[in-house]
Amino acid sequence: MSLVSRGFGRREQRRDERLPPGQYDAGDLFPVLSAGPTPRTPLGEWDLTLQGEVDGLRRWTWDEFRELPREAVSVDIHCVTKWSKFDTRWEGVAVDTLLAGVRTEAAYALAFCDGGYTTNHRLSDLTDGRAWVVDTYDGQPLAPEHGGPVRLLVPHLYFWKSAKWLRGFALSQFNEPGFWETFGYHDRGDPWLEQRYSGD
Amino acid sequence: MARAAVQRRLNWLRATVLENRPETARVHRLLLDVPGWPGHLPGQHVDLRLTAEDGYTAQRSYSVASAPEDPRLHLLVERFEGGEVSPYLTDELRSGDLLELRGPIGGYFVWSSAVDRDGGRAEGRRPVQLVAGGAGVAPFLAMLDHHRRTGGSTPVRLLYSARTADDVLAPDVLGPQTTITLTREAPSDWRGLTGRIDRRMLEAQTFAPTTRPRVFVCGPTSFVESTATTLVDLGHDPSWIRLERFGGSGDPS
Repeated sequence: MSLVSRGFGRREQRRDERLPPGQYDAGDLFPVLSAGPTPRTPLGEWDLTLQGEVDGLRRWTWDEFRELPREAVSVDIHCVTKWSKFDTRWEGVAVDTLLAGVRTEAAYALAFCDGGYTTNHRLSDLTDGRAWVVDTYDGQPLAPEHGGPVRLLVPHLYFWKSAKWLRGFALSQFNEPGFWETFGYHDRGDPWLEQRYSGD
Repeated sequence: MARAAVQRRLNWLRATVLENRPETARVHRLLLDVPGWPGHLPGQHVDLRLTAEDGYTAQRSYSVASAPEDPRLHLLVERFEGGEVSPYLTDELRSGDLLELRGPIGGYFVWSSAVDRDGGRAEGRRPVQLVAGGAGVAPFLAMLDHHRRTGGSTPVRLLYSARTADDVLAPDVLGPQTTITLTREAPSDWRGLTGRIDRRMLEAQTFAPTTRPRVFVCGPTSFVESTATTLVDLGHDPSWIRLERFGGSGDPS
């Protein structure tokens, strides 16, 4: 039971149905959040790998990644720091495409990144057209501060799950907490269930 | 990377507003009594939740600006014109009102000189460099006050950028470790620095990379982004640099 805050009222009379509980619409803004400095890996040294419990390591150089079948998506995104942003436009490669032909018993995937960031996912949250590795935002190459050259995009979960500066996935039958999950953030992070912190 | 954080449920607590006072023209200080507060480390934040009569709720995050030793929780709230939450907190809220909050949240952007002293780890002997832009000084006030209250021996410096002398927050807590630079205007008798924090200022006014400082940067997004990039250019290892950003709703990037 919430406590009513004396004299507090909503600013907008109509609440957007697309807004999960506790979120506000950031409008045209696209706030930047990260725990450390923005990494800058030259594309010539960049690769993306699928490793761990798979039937053989998969690796793509930048050029190889750019040759993969691409998709364009328009999605709403929700940050645990309370802002949401509607109809964001991205282009990249579906995680399904990366996993095509991979044989694995794994149920979890730990996304790992330049700069040491990690975040954990159920593999089922990354498949069936629900997650992408994107290199383009709003028609432009993804800016470094927003995760370029590529970031993970998992729009149905809070945005810390959409890891910036992605370099690959380690697949496992075990769930290993990622960076923020270790610091008390929720293991899965569904914004519609308001799973912000551990125990929510 | 630390793997020791405790996973516990964060319940909503009821805080009583003891005082709501203007700190500067744009920033108010909320003093809260929070029964059941589990304690915090300097640098952690809380989520505040406001609920309207019709059940509508809004939540925002605020850094705790007070040391763990202070029995009251201090929050610094910058008023964003046209905002839904901050004008309510600065203009409407008064002593005796109740607020819902939960925390402490975040375990990465923290520094405790008591942990340095008691931890016996090599990291605890490395100096600490704090860099603040505007209201981004809030978590550093918790760190510096804690440092002072516990008689910490870790070398610490704060480089703090404020618009004018009147915008400097909590001068009583800043102490001799702090170097202030004023970016908009300075009084005629101002003897401190002026101008924005840039490469030259960071080089002159912060611990050198050779001393392997633990670096914390907090402020608006563009301030944090440019400061972090410059620190890496100066030779600081990216893994030594921890960032926190303020004004997520009002800072385009």
